Amino acid sequence: MTEPPIVQLTNVTRSFPGPPEVQALKAINLRIDKGEYVSIVGPSGSGKSTMLNVLGLLDRPSVGEYYLDGELTQLASEDERAALRGGKVGFVFQSFHLLPHRTVLENVMVAMLYSGVPRKEREGRARTALERVGLGQRLTFRPATLSGGERQRVAVARAVVSEPRLLLADEPTGNLDATTSGEVMDLFEELNADGLTLVVITHDGNVSARARRRIRIADGTLTEIA
Amino acid sequence: MKLPRLPRLPRLPLLKRKPVPAYRAGKRADHFSAQDLIVEASYGIGARPGRLVMTTAGTVLGIASLVVTIGFAQTAAGQIAKQFDAVAATQVIIEPGETQTANGGTAATSRLPWDSELRVERLAGVEGAGLVAPVDIGERTVTAVPVNDPSAPETLGPPVIAASPGLLAAVRGKVVTGRAFDTGHDARADRVVVLGARAAEVLGINRVDSQPSIFIGDHSYTVIGIIDGVERRADLLDAVIIPMGTARADFGLSGAEELQIQIAVGAGALVARQAPIALDPNAPENFSVVAPSTGSGLQENVQADVNVVFLILGLIALLAGGLGIANVTLLSVMERIGEIGLRRSLGATTRNIAGQFVVESAVIGLLGGLVGSALGTFAVVIVSVVNGWTPILDIWLVLGSALLGAVVGLAAGAYPALRASRIEPVTALRGGT
Repeated sequence: MTEPPIVQLTNVTRSFPGPPEVQALKAINLRIDKGEYVSIVGPSGSGKSTMLNVLGLLDRPSVGEYYLDGELTQLASEDERAALRGGKVGFVFQSFHLLPHRTVLENVMVAMLYSGVPRKEREGRARTALERVGLGQRLTFRPATLSGGERQRVAVARAVVSEPRLLLADEPTGNLDATTSGEVMDLFEELNADGLTLVVITHDGNVSARARRRIRIADGTLTEIA
Repeated sequence: MKLPRLPRLPRLPLLKRKPVPAYRAGKRADHFSAQDLIVEASYGIGARPGRLVMTTAGTVLGIASLVVTIGFAQTAAGQIAKQFDAVAATQVIIEPGETQTANGGTAATSRLPWDSELRVERLAGVEGAGLVAPVDIGERTVTAVPVNDPSAPETLGPPVIAASPGLLAAVRGKVVTGRAFDTGHDARADRVVVLGARAAEVLGINRVDSQPSIFIGDHSYTVIGIIDGVERRADLLDAVIIPMGTARADFGLSGAEELQIQIAVGAGALVARQAPIALDPNAPENFSVVAPSTGSGLQENVQADVNVVFLILGLIALLAGGLGIANVTLLSVMERIGEIGLRRSLGATTRNIAGQFVVESAVIGLLGGLVGSALGTFAVVIVSVVNGWTPILDIWLVLGSALLGAVVGLAAGAYPALRASRIEPVTALRGGT
């Protein structure tokens, strides 16, 4: 049985109307299969963020087709795209985006509000996910009392708790020092080893070097590095 | 330094489970249900308790002043209705006017004419009238049998009251036995008496067919009747009542104390104006008149006065409260742009986001409404207790005004919620936190 690729971009262009009109992505073709670990590197202004937004269904391509896990996203309504986002994509951000007044456990449970996980399963799954990232002892802590690395691990737990098909990380180590960056990258590798498809967007060469497949983005076009 | 690898925990059932078609996820039972919505909204509200207090202040004031306004109107109306009972509504009392004398006492400025009864009976609305006057019997005693027993202890006999023939009807007295005296007895100054029920008991008289007599001093008076059930001047029940003419002849009564008039309902104002003129056309101002106010008119006045001033204040406060909620919710939306972006990235629809902020502001409004209506109720009760009134508050007013707070919050949250739902997740996620 051939599974469809997780990501299939065909001739995707994203342009921002000007003047002057800016083409952040120019006729991109990209295929990412299940279980891949891809890094996308590029300097700022190269179209990285636009790429992330298109992949994460936060933005629509101006031209071209985007199949996510075999589903064509072009024709989906905003609500359907929101449901796809909740069910198939997990996000990890540079600045974590944890809710400051909620405990670690609650922060992870927030992810299941919108993805249709039955209420009685939510807490157990959040606990499992937090144990998975090594924070089983921090369940009742508030984000402010955690270190940067721990916060990002909470964010990772939140991203994977709904069992997404694709994990998108946007500069996941941008606010972390070298040690904690390593911790988070180790975690990513473990998750990838478990079969999770991973796309890390970064400008940090060390981070991208750990991915099995590296793609450079410059001026809106992609080149495979290795 | 590389940290030791994290222990391998049981693998998440990642991707093992048959994936749920994401398109259909929105239709599943637990996709951001009402319960989730309320839990999320309450976290949003509880995050900043200090600000919550300030935000609700306007609504609290507005709702409280509405409850107080309407509560006082109801209480006052109830108070008036209580005084406005059937008897009071049909009773007019006219007394000679009084003036302060130099040495601090009071002196009557006029006298009720002896024929007051006839003078006012012809007025429209008057159904009956009668004069009353206490009679000073000096050293004389009231007894049933004249026994001259020097060893007997001195007793205080029943008081003697003089009345004109129409009085009994004017105070709604009932004749228990025998009859009341009439104008003939009065004109001839006959020595007849009518006993109040309790006075009859004291004197040991319970039937009049044997024509019993009592003695006031040395004179004997024939008891012709016993009365009971008077609704005004209850002191008549304890008294020996003699005709006005008899009192003037035997005890030198100089003037009547008051004129009791029974009127038709609603005739109070008319009789109060006309009766003094009928009594003394030259100096009607010298009588003091106690007449029932036109109850409904007074009630309306009270209500109208209270309503106009405080109702407007209450509505203004409520409006300010609503604007306050709108402002703070808008501020909160701006502060929580990152949270909004995150929720969108987690799969929240624009409606989910808008719903959360609308519910937050509606709950803030409801809290303000609850506190406000509790405070308002408390104020009405306290003021009523202090004034000795019966506090009257419609339960639906209290509950309804609490709900009104929620409605204000709902309306106030509409615009901020719209703004929140229009925020692009892309931009929202670039923001800090």
